[in-house]
Amino acid sequence: MGANGTNEAFVAFDRVQKSYDGETLVVKDLNLAIAKGEFLTMLGPSGSGKTTCLMMLAGFETATNGEILLDGKPINSVPPHKRGIGMVFQNYALFPHMTVAENLSFPLEVRKIGKSDREAKVKRALEMVQMGDFGGRRPAQLSGGQQQRVALARALVFEPELVLMDEPLGALDKQLREHMQFEIKHIADSLGITVVYVTHDQTEALTMSDRVAVFEDGRIQQLAPPDQLYEAPENSFVAQFIGENNSLEGVVEQINNKVAVVRLDSGDLIDTIPVNVSQVGERTRVSIRPERVEFIKDRLSPDAHTLKAEVLEFVYMGDIFRTRLRVAGKDDFIIKSRNAPDQVRLKPGQTIEIGWMPEDCRALDA
Amino acid sequence: MSDTTDAAGRIISADGRPLKSSLNRALRREKLRALALIAPLLIFVLITFIAPIADMLFRSVENDIVSNTMPRTVASLRDWDSTSGEVPGAGVFESAYFDLAVAAQKKLHSQLGTRLNYELTGMSSMFRRTGRRMDDVGEVYMDQFAALDQAWESPEVWAAMIGDADWLASEKAWAKAQNPGTPPPAFEVKEGAQAALPLTAALYKDFAAYLRLNDGDSPTQEEPWPVFYAALYTDLINRPDAATAFSGADAQRLQTSAAAVTNFEAVDYKAAFVKADDGWGQVNTWATIKAFSPKYTPGYFLNAVDMQKTPQGISAQPESQQIYILLFKRTLFLSLTIMFSCIALGYPVAWLLANLPARSANLLLILVLLPFWTSLLVRTSAWKVLLQQQGVINDTLVWIGLVNDTDRLVLINNQFGTIVAMTHILLPFMILPLYSVMKTIPPSYLRAAKSLGATNWTAFWRVYFPQSVPGIGAGSILVFILSIGYYITPELVGGTTGTFISNRIAYHISSSLNWGLAAALGTILLVVVLALYWAYDRIVGIDNVKLGG
Amino acid sequence: MTFSRLSILSITATIAAAPLAVAQDMANSMTIISWGGAYQVSQTKAYFEPYQKLHPEVKIITDESSNEAVAKLRAMNEAGNITWDLVDVTAADAMRLCDEGLALEYDPDELLADAPDGTPASEDFGDLIVSDCFIPQIVYSITFGYRSDVAEWNGKEPDDICDVFDLKTFPGQRSLEKRPINNMEWALLCDGVAKEDIYDVLATNEGQDRAFAKLDTIKDSVVWWSAGADTPQLLADGEVVIGSTYNGRLFSVIVEQNQPVKMLWDAQVYDLDGWIIPTGLPADRLARVKDFVYFATDTQRLADQAAYISYGPARASSAPLVGKHADLGIDMAPHMPTDPANATNTFLQNYEWWADYRDDLDAKFQAWLAK
Repeated sequence: MGANGTNEAFVAFDRVQKSYDGETLVVKDLNLAIAKGEFLTMLGPSGSGKTTCLMMLAGFETATNGEILLDGKPINSVPPHKRGIGMVFQNYALFPHMTVAENLSFPLEVRKIGKSDREAKVKRALEMVQMGDFGGRRPAQLSGGQQQRVALARALVFEPELVLMDEPLGALDKQLREHMQFEIKHIADSLGITVVYVTHDQTEALTMSDRVAVFEDGRIQQLAPPDQLYEAPENSFVAQFIGENNSLEGVVEQINNKVAVVRLDSGDLIDTIPVNVSQVGERTRVSIRPERVEFIKDRLSPDAHTLKAEVLEFVYMGDIFRTRLRVAGKDDFIIKSRNAPDQVRLKPGQTIEIGWMPEDCRALDA
Repeated sequence: MSDTTDAAGRIISADGRPLKSSLNRALRREKLRALALIAPLLIFVLITFIAPIADMLFRSVENDIVSNTMPRTVASLRDWDSTSGEVPGAGVFESAYFDLAVAAQKKLHSQLGTRLNYELTGMSSMFRRTGRRMDDVGEVYMDQFAALDQAWESPEVWAAMIGDADWLASEKAWAKAQNPGTPPPAFEVKEGAQAALPLTAALYKDFAAYLRLNDGDSPTQEEPWPVFYAALYTDLINRPDAATAFSGADAQRLQTSAAAVTNFEAVDYKAAFVKADDGWGQVNTWATIKAFSPKYTPGYFLNAVDMQKTPQGISAQPESQQIYILLFKRTLFLSLTIMFSCIALGYPVAWLLANLPARSANLLLILVLLPFWTSLLVRTSAWKVLLQQQGVINDTLVWIGLVNDTDRLVLINNQFGTIVAMTHILLPFMILPLYSVMKTIPPSYLRAAKSLGATNWTAFWRVYFPQSVPGIGAGSILVFILSIGYYITPELVGGTTGTFISNRIAYHISSSLNWGLAAALGTILLVVVLALYWAYDRIVGIDNVKLGG
Repeated sequence: MTFSRLSILSITATIAAAPLAVAQDMANSMTIISWGGAYQVSQTKAYFEPYQKLHPEVKIITDESSNEAVAKLRAMNEAGNITWDLVDVTAADAMRLCDEGLALEYDPDELLADAPDGTPASEDFGDLIVSDCFIPQIVYSITFGYRSDVAEWNGKEPDDICDVFDLKTFPGQRSLEKRPINNMEWALLCDGVAKEDIYDVLATNEGQDRAFAKLDTIKDSVVWWSAGADTPQLLADGEVVIGSTYNGRLFSVIVEQNQPVKMLWDAQVYDLDGWIIPTGLPADRLARVKDFVYFATDTQRLADQAAYISYGPARASSAPLVGKHADLGIDMAPHMPTDPANATNTFLQNYEWWADYRDDLDAKFQAWLAK
């Protein structure tokens, strides 16, 4: 994103760098523009710099270099309490010595909002997260999910235009987490607020976001809508990090704009879409999603490359079958098939032929 | 589920017993195991903590020394009116003689003198002096009895006259065995002797018991106390036919003596007492003994609040002796001041400790704990070197020119010295609980508050501070209770205005030996602490005290 | 074979019998309580070490609890477990212990050695046996020391006890002991009461008020001490210009530490220090203690102690034997409170009187201090 993009963006990181010790950069040359009303997720493993970015945006960390702009104004020197950004913390950070209503009332009090106004806003916010009856309770008397809702309500009650969420669902169990994902998304959409969401859970990122920024090593590896991210990863880190992925290593043998023929280390040849490769002889890592692999001949196009595979393990998972194969000398090749009435259940020891559409197979960096 | 129930509708467990009793049995085993686990500590606490406190509470009202040492006097004083303005009659003096003569033999009279001296100055020497003269009185009679019959000087004659035959036999066997480790057999009074010679028999019994307990001796070996002759004289005057209760030589001797005693030179006990010490001729002496004759007395507690129990009733101490109320107030004031200084100085340090990176925090923690590793006396002496008028601080101030050399600041031997030295000593007790509580407050609370629009101060005051209150509570209770009982440091640096009530308690324990007053002062201090603790519980809530996460 | 077995048996028997025989009459260890510091060192050098040389089997355990001996002995007595064998106390404490029945009454001529010329101990110690339980050891005095370099004094030096109360001629801080004993007497003495009338006057409320009024004149310039080491330290630091303490402490400031401090030998209060034997000791321990006391209070031993500390031996017969300081080699006699040159005007405490008035006057004194 260049200087042009940042001007129109609601939130913009412009060549932001961050270092704690003066020796290593935790965030390296970050450029990011977030549009008003967008739900943007920063996704990455721990230590990838995503939380630091969030903290810089919130004002709890200062950028070592570069500028952060909010609504077109630089905010580097604006203290956190003047930024007007709502924030939901990983452990909720509900004040334990205050009731739920007092927690919600706090940001309104410090903004010197009158009592009746305050009460109305608190009530509305609590009702929005379906916690209307819990105003008098203390945080410790609430379940994790309820605390989560209160934390959300508190971040929204003073009507910020930008809300930051730092792994807000990390402490919840799976079911509740999935439920809350939809709820947060729903509330964010209905209020039209801009959300910057940090998580290391890729499913969460994919379900909720308009766009996802995948962080690794202090850089954004790919910034794209969820479907693009999943289907068209731009490098092997993203391919590996988002969803389940099979990767096969080899060398490019032929290449043109649309197709690269790769000779795998086992000697087999396959057709791929060149993404990160440009010349013959380059080493590459080929990525294929498990659900795009076919082993029933009829479903493959006639010119598709096929590989021999030996079934090692068959796992019944309810909605799908997950089969582990040995392919091209590697025994961690996974295929997933839908549990349809006519689906074949492979048996360990069986030898099959697998193949895929060339456009599902992407030749990425080694 | 098909619960099995018995006829009464109670649920039966698998082995056929009612479920409730099964459960109780299982729980009882658990409880016993738990009890066994805490038993060593429980016993330790009972012996080293509860028992001494109970003992202290008891001592603060205990006063049986008067009635134990002078039982006859206390009894005969009952009929004397201390407001009459007249010294008690001859009967009281006679009782006092028998009591004091025995007490002097057992060396108990001077203890009683010390005890009564707390109430009336001069009693100590009066009892000591009088005790020394008691034998002279008995010897008047002793000489007359001995002149009558030489046998009266023989320990065996006395033992045979008053002692029971069975006892005499076993005593003989004991004397023959020559076993130094074993005490002689317990003394038994001869049947009839008690009725015939009541006073003599009672004193003799006392004598035998005293010898047995203290020296492991038998009365047949020891010279009879002179007081026996006075007692025998009194008994024989009261019961001229006493001899009829005896037989043989005893009866003979008593018969002769009874006839002779009427011609004996009698002792005027009152005159003898007044001669020994003028004090016995004063109403106030007797009134004080009477006032303090009950087994329990509120006297110590009254003294502890600057009041006194006098023969005329309860009154305030003369102003020149009022000190304890002042000291209690001062102790509370200084302890609170020290507590608040500890909060003021300790809070920022604890905050820093809790928020620094681990390595620097550890270093700082070592610095905080450093005072613990040096001896209390060294620390206090260091404060002396710093604070005294020719000390480091004054020297520095003079050198800078802030203070004139001739009027150096008085920083020690006053309340300021006590506050400074004790704040320093007790600071770790404030910092540590504060630190451990602050350590559990995640930094995200402050961030949350700021993100919600609070300034640094508001975030601290509305969000951080309330959560650190349990640490302040714990630290304050620790510091306050420790400082209220401190005495070494105030003694060394407190001068005259910076000393605590504990200094007086220590004085009464180790110097004046007025343990009753010390116990009363200690009890009041304990009650004050408990009351403050209760008040704290009511106002802040004791659940709100945390020593750590 | 037979021979060797026999000899082993007999050797074993001898070895076993020897300590057993001793153990039956005398215990092999003694716990002796004293004041610590230089004073206890002098006792170790003059008494303990020579005694142990004679009786190598005896172990002497020492403790420094003399200042709370009365309270501790009372507590031990209540608990029925006397762990101390011999206790060094002041005469006043010895009287109290005797009064309480906590100290053993003894017969001086039976327990203590005669003087070398055959004078019985009771005569050799004379009046210093102030209590039936008290075995005198030293005569010390509580006196004043002053700094000899005070500029404000314009070259004058105090030579009279009443100079302590003279703030005009001798301005500066004083140190006095934080208790009424001695201070009250000095105050009256300097208020014009004759020495022989002091206790009669002090027995009245008016007399006590008079003493307090005199003390009031210097109250603002007084640092009150409670440990014997305080005054020497305060004098050495220049915190006070004149202060009372034990003469032995001043000796070490003046002679051993070479501080600009001098002694004021006027109206110094004589006091005594000595041994008491606790009551209730088992026979073997008592026998050992008696043996030790006989040794440690003979004429030579008492004179020896004076080589280490400037306190006068309690026996008349020891005085001529007082020699030189063990390390410094100076003559000790002129530093003794008993030296005729120092004893021109002395004051003898009335123990009996204080036993009566201490409780009362102490309360008043503390109330006066707190005001």
